[in-house]
Amino acid sequence: MDILPILSTLRRHKLTAWLLALEIALTCAIVCNAVFLIGQRLQRMDVPSGIAEHELVQIQLGYIGDTPDAKAQTQNDVAALQQMPGVKQVGLDRYLPFSLDGSSNTGIKLDPQQQQNTLDAGQYLGQNLLPTLGVRLVAGRNFEPGEYVDFDTAVAALNNGDMKGLPQTMIITQAIAERLWPGQEALGKTLYTESGIPFRVIGVIAVLARQNNLQQGAQYSTYWPIRMTSADGASYFIRCAPQHRESVLKAAVAKLKQLNPNRVVLKARTYDHARRAFFANDRAMAGMLVGVIVALLIVTALGIVGLASFWVAQRRRMIGVRRALGATRGDILHYFQTENFLLATIGIALGMVLAYGINLFLMMHYELPRLPAIYFPVGAIALWSIGQLAVLGPALRAAAVPPVVATRSV
Amino acid sequence: MLGYYFDLALRSLRRNKVLTALMVLAIALGIGASMTTLTVLHVLSGDPLPGRSSTLYYAQVDPRDMNGYLPGKSQPMYQVSWIDGMNLLRAKRADRQALMTGGLVVVQRHNTMLDPFYEAARYTTGDFFPMFGVPLEYGHAWSASDDEAHARVAVISATLNGKLFGGTDSTGQTLRLSGAEFRIVGVLGNWHPNPQFYDLLRKSYDENEGVYVPLSSSQDVGMHHDGSVDCWGKGGTGINPDHASRCAWLQFWVQLDKPAEAAAYKTFLIHYSEQQKALGRFQRPPNVQLRDVMQWLDYNQVVPDDVRLQTWLAFGFLLVCLVNTVGLMLAKFMRRAGELGVRRALGASKRSLFAQLLVESGVVGLAGGIGGLLLALLGLWLVRRQPAEYAPLAHLDPAMLLATFLLALGASLLAGLLPAWRACQIAPALQLKSN
Repeated sequence: MDILPILSTLRRHKLTAWLLALEIALTCAIVCNAVFLIGQRLQRMDVPSGIAEHELVQIQLGYIGDTPDAKAQTQNDVAALQQMPGVKQVGLDRYLPFSLDGSSNTGIKLDPQQQQNTLDAGQYLGQNLLPTLGVRLVAGRNFEPGEYVDFDTAVAALNNGDMKGLPQTMIITQAIAERLWPGQEALGKTLYTESGIPFRVIGVIAVLARQNNLQQGAQYSTYWPIRMTSADGASYFIRCAPQHRESVLKAAVAKLKQLNPNRVVLKARTYDHARRAFFANDRAMAGMLVGVIVALLIVTALGIVGLASFWVAQRRRMIGVRRALGATRGDILHYFQTENFLLATIGIALGMVLAYGINLFLMMHYELPRLPAIYFPVGAIALWSIGQLAVLGPALRAAAVPPVVATRSV
Repeated sequence: MLGYYFDLALRSLRRNKVLTALMVLAIALGIGASMTTLTVLHVLSGDPLPGRSSTLYYAQVDPRDMNGYLPGKSQPMYQVSWIDGMNLLRAKRADRQALMTGGLVVVQRHNTMLDPFYEAARYTTGDFFPMFGVPLEYGHAWSASDDEAHARVAVISATLNGKLFGGTDSTGQTLRLSGAEFRIVGVLGNWHPNPQFYDLLRKSYDENEGVYVPLSSSQDVGMHHDGSVDCWGKGGTGINPDHASRCAWLQFWVQLDKPAEAAAYKTFLIHYSEQQKALGRFQRPPNVQLRDVMQWLDYNQVVPDDVRLQTWLAFGFLLVCLVNTVGLMLAKFMRRAGELGVRRALGASKRSLFAQLLVESGVVGLAGGIGGLLLALLGLWLVRRQPAEYAPLAHLDPAMLLATFLLALGASLLAGLLPAWRACQIAPALQLKSN
């Protein structure tokens, strides 16, 4: 295919040709960045929690009036829940990974004299957490009953500066262990909280995501042997088979109300529901981006169809003359296809530069990483194919122009 | 003349229906997308208290130890502790001041079948109401002496009043709040500051608290605190923070009517920090902030990044749609070179040709604007179905309606400018000869 005649024709429609190239460039740049943003969202939504997500339900209660003996009440509740059919494990905690309700976090140091924290980690308190959540220990052991401290005792001890009331041991995630002691055994080592309180590491768990602040290290989580009651704001977490979740939830709520009617159910939901809610905004944003990409490609394709149709209509005589001089239908078809390919290539080249620029702008304002090179060919192929698809109709119409047109005057 | 051009434009647009539809559709899509995101941005970045917000300031001090301190970079603590809040409140250095925090109370009413339920509450000192210009439908707010006396009085929202008393004047009635008797002294009128600037950690754009009680009484009853608690040093807390603990969990707002007073108040906060440091309570060098409402909203980035990103995206989309329209219009105008040549030869000036073509692009813009408006309404409906907290507020107001049409008309005239100018450059003789 000879490119030179196409170029010389395009030179006669400089403005229109540049506009089309510009449109393709803008679309290419936006599509590249939008696809990248979608990838970022999907990656964020895909963070592993490390817990048995599909087997957990949560019930949070609020008390009406006084809570005379929250500890005994909680023990009663747990014992009763454990007796229920279908219930495998029962635990208590304030928050689980990916929580919209709030979070509890702590600074961790290697040396109590350090002024800046080494890292910031999520904090899990509560009893019987590991078996309930299905979190896997990779080294060491779970807490023994004697290691637990009551929540109110721990708070009082912290405020009085009395170290004896505080727990001495902690379980950390592998991510923390590798950050603090790269390549070494973490078991038995001592770490310090923000305020310099020492804890001995007795167990390492494979994966446990923190409650929120994921950007500060999604897998930086710690587990403290502090016993909570439902009056401290903790929820009951029940583990059961996935297909029994709804029935167990209903029965457990009824049971808890029967045990003490003087309370209100604040939350009763499956963990899946909670996780979906946490990432709902990301899902909505990804959906919107997909919508924008589709709309952009459609608008660009329609623009190409419009301009190509116009050019075909304008060049009917020229096409007729070429056909009369011996050009085949295929030649005419290829002519318009090549023309579109050339314009798309110019547009894509411009678009790449623009895409890079937009990415730099986004990096400055929105904490995004650099656009990986893989997105450039994706955008290029998308626009080349859209261009070829869009031009096919008008090009076929051009190819159908009979040679006799050349002999007719208007 | 304009009527004639309008008629010409309609004829020309009708002659090529597909191309016209394409242009109108492109403009409508671009306008629809940008107006949807602009409306959301407009709703989110509005002033919650117009006319009042510049005299209201959020005060912050820094009681922490040196752990983690970066000179010049560390912001003071987000909230204040009980001790600091009470000290600042009692100093009474501002025209008005309010110390407050959020909570949850159990609401029970005598002699009703209504089950007890939890309701969001605000524990605050009495200046809250006059400071923020809170309208009251019935009754009145409580006074400073009620705060001092730990009075068991409450103000409830119009929604809660509707739920409990069917919207009638309920002042003088009693309610059981978290197990204690409170007398209702006031019922709020229609008050929906947006966003809820005084406690941004509540993350709620459309629902006010249902119950307001004096801070002092809430602490006597042991009402549940609900909100963020930040502890420093060896400080810790359960649900209800201890007053002596090293934890910050209250918000302190002041009203300062003149700018000079704001400067003076900031100096006062610095003096206070120095004094506390001398007493050994504070350890950092004085680190204070005094931001007015809009500065406070800005510092907290109340407009989510996602919304800004969507706005950029929508305008990028509009740009593509405009370039598309420019290209199509150029093609359309150039195709009519013959007709335009005849008009020129018959004596029409370049100016009148230009006007004629601009009227044509204006008609496309108007149609695109109407289409864009419909699409924006559809877009806002979609936004309202989104999970974001601000979603229920996404409605088009008259200002944004006008902006839609101006944007559509401006955009299409802009798009028509280049093609119209290009079409006017045609030499009439050449066009007449060719056929």
